[in-house]
Amino acid sequence: MTKKSSTSKSKSTKTKNSSAKAPQQQMTGAEALIKCLEDHGVEYIWGLSGGAAIPIFDALVGSKIKLILVRHEQGAAHIADGYARATGKPGVVLVTSGPGATNTVTGIMTAHMDSVPMIVLTGQTISPMLGKDAFQEADIFGITMPVVKHSYLVRETNDIPRIVKESFHITNTGRPGPVHIDLPKDITSAPFTGKTLDPKMDLPGYKVPSKGKVSDIKKIAKLFNKSERPLLLVGHGAIIAQASEAIKKLARKIDSPVTNTLLGKGCFPENDPLSVGMLGMHGTAYANKALTRCDLICSIGSRFDDRINGKNDEFCIGAKKIHIDIDPAEMGKIVKCDASATGDARSIVEELIKHVDKADHSEWKKEVDGYKRDFPLKFSDSDGLTAQRVLADLQDITKGNAIISTDVGQHQMWSAQFNLTLKGEKWLSSGGAGTMGFGFPAAIGAQFGCPDDLVVAVCGDGGFQMTLFELSTIFIHKLPVKILVVDNKYLGMVRQWQELFFDNRYSGVDLEGNPDFIKLAEAYGIKGFHIDKVSHCHQRLKEAMEYKGPALIHAEVIKEDNVFPMIPAGKSAYDMIIEAPSKDTKLEKPTGST
Amino acid sequence: MNNKNNIHTISLLVANKPGVLIRCAQIFARRGFNIDSLVVSPAVNEKFSRMTITAQGDPETLEQIIKQSAKLIDVVHAEEHTGLDSVDREYALFKVRCKTAAQKTAIQKIIRGKAHIEDSSEGFLIIGQSGTTFELDKMEDKLKEYKIIEMVRSGKLVMAKGRDET
Repeated sequence: MTKKSSTSKSKSTKTKNSSAKAPQQQMTGAEALIKCLEDHGVEYIWGLSGGAAIPIFDALVGSKIKLILVRHEQGAAHIADGYARATGKPGVVLVTSGPGATNTVTGIMTAHMDSVPMIVLTGQTISPMLGKDAFQEADIFGITMPVVKHSYLVRETNDIPRIVKESFHITNTGRPGPVHIDLPKDITSAPFTGKTLDPKMDLPGYKVPSKGKVSDIKKIAKLFNKSERPLLLVGHGAIIAQASEAIKKLARKIDSPVTNTLLGKGCFPENDPLSVGMLGMHGTAYANKALTRCDLICSIGSRFDDRINGKNDEFCIGAKKIHIDIDPAEMGKIVKCDASATGDARSIVEELIKHVDKADHSEWKKEVDGYKRDFPLKFSDSDGLTAQRVLADLQDITKGNAIISTDVGQHQMWSAQFNLTLKGEKWLSSGGAGTMGFGFPAAIGAQFGCPDDLVVAVCGDGGFQMTLFELSTIFIHKLPVKILVVDNKYLGMVRQWQELFFDNRYSGVDLEGNPDFIKLAEAYGIKGFHIDKVSHCHQRLKEAMEYKGPALIHAEVIKEDNVFPMIPAGKSAYDMIIEAPSKDTKLEKPTGST
Repeated sequence: MNNKNNIHTISLLVANKPGVLIRCAQIFARRGFNIDSLVVSPAVNEKFSRMTITAQGDPETLEQIIKQSAKLIDVVHAEEHTGLDSVDREYALFKVRCKTAAQKTAIQKIIRGKAHIEDSSEGFLIIGQSGTTFELDKMEDKLKEYKIIEMVRSGKLVMAKGRDET
């Protein structure tokens, strides 16, 4: 594709402009767009071409931005997302109009739910045809509106530099989120006659909260100083704000255990003695026990999601609740707090450290350590190879040094439990959206952004089959991504719910008849490894991790296994089920959201 | 209208850009707030528009909606206004059947000092009135005995008193 357009490029641009002036003075809108992207430091664009986007793809010929052709637009969006999560830099997606654009919607929504910076450029039919059902026309500006931080439908070629500049500013400041730019083909084809590629932004309604109010922070400190059993709850916002070091200092000074959300994994190292790991629906029993016993909970960059707080009026009964977040709209949304500070998590925590007393909570820590001792994560090898065994072995091999990108479902929760994450950027998972098919392409994005890291996509057999077409992408670009397909031949999490709450009535969960994943990988030129026994699991996993190129590890695990601990949806941490209930136990259907 | 206590008036100052209306409306719709009236008009600075929205729903949800509206990139600010801190007015047109001169006289008596007859043709009157929502509601009640064929109301306009920004 690249070759094809390179031959036609010089001709087409020159005839269009019919002017002898140097190209930089007679740029098209598309060329101005690409120049602006270059000026914003964009290294990669992930995309898939199409009619309405041809002028933009044309302008990429000869650009220093590397265009990576994916196999499906959803893949492009998740790749850009994974790149952004692993590097902190916004990922850029370029697709065509209509179906090309709508195929990115799941990816945009995934990024929006998890506050990931991303710029999605979509080609569009020519302006005079807008709203007239032109070929491959979709109102993508309207379709994506509820799932973007902001969006543009470009009406004037000369607006392109301002819109690009605003988009980069919006996407990665404050609470990050995806920005969509819809680019009609006549707009990108027309000559750019603006004066500058670096114009002033025009965003009178956009305010980025920076530091929190000192008075708010002092109020928070007072609550800490009175607390005997504090618990810090660290979320994705703390990673985005790069608050890791500050939180470590705070935790040591106030001598407080730290728990984290699924997306907050790694912000506070999970191998630290003060860490109790992930809390919530499938969090560790000791984190949830600590949650029920703390007399103060301080959320830093989490939004009290329903996976954490299944039942509002039973969330940390009697405890003082504190919320630190950059988004004013999160304050009081779910939990009414006793004190809060709105602003950048790092600066707030740094300020907070100055006002809290140094404390010694040995008693409380002893209690929490007791929970760790009494209710550890556990599994058994006696019935055959379990997903937990595979993931515990993976942890033993990678020791928190690999970038782990998970898909969604049981393997995701087991991975969250057994992978002790040491840095926030090393854990990528679709939390808010719960998008199956995310894990593998997100791992590709992480590998593009961090070429020297070991990147492992941990997927289930269901989710992997939703975006596996990007195997081409890792083969062609020689990306040494390791794909661990944990195969139980079920959509396991739903099966678990049907077993526990719906009288074993399995419906729409059976994946018997899966392809031969090793042969599938080989068809794409990717090395396959097969694991189906405890005895060779560690060894083969290690071989695969040490393999130089891309590899797929097909781990066939026992079919029916459940994730515990579990707090049924709509219940509180007080109702946690720590271990599998006996077969004849009847559990009521969960009332909470999904 | 249902529960008068749960009717809220929200004023938004927004950048005059495409899509801003639908973005705001989406936030109300998603939380199940029924918009009773919505007025959009240019601000003094033509780069901005004023939106006045009246909607029904519980105050806690409303607070969230205001925050989420304020969070929109094109929204400069969003405020709830009560009758105490602001002046609010709306305008209504009523079309009533009026067959006889006697009926017309009676109607003129009812509306004197409050509303005007803006048109009288083919046995129909169009009566226009500006005032508070309460005053317009009262007029509607009074005119009901003459059978209101149509009613069109502008929706509430609000302006904050004194130094306060609307």
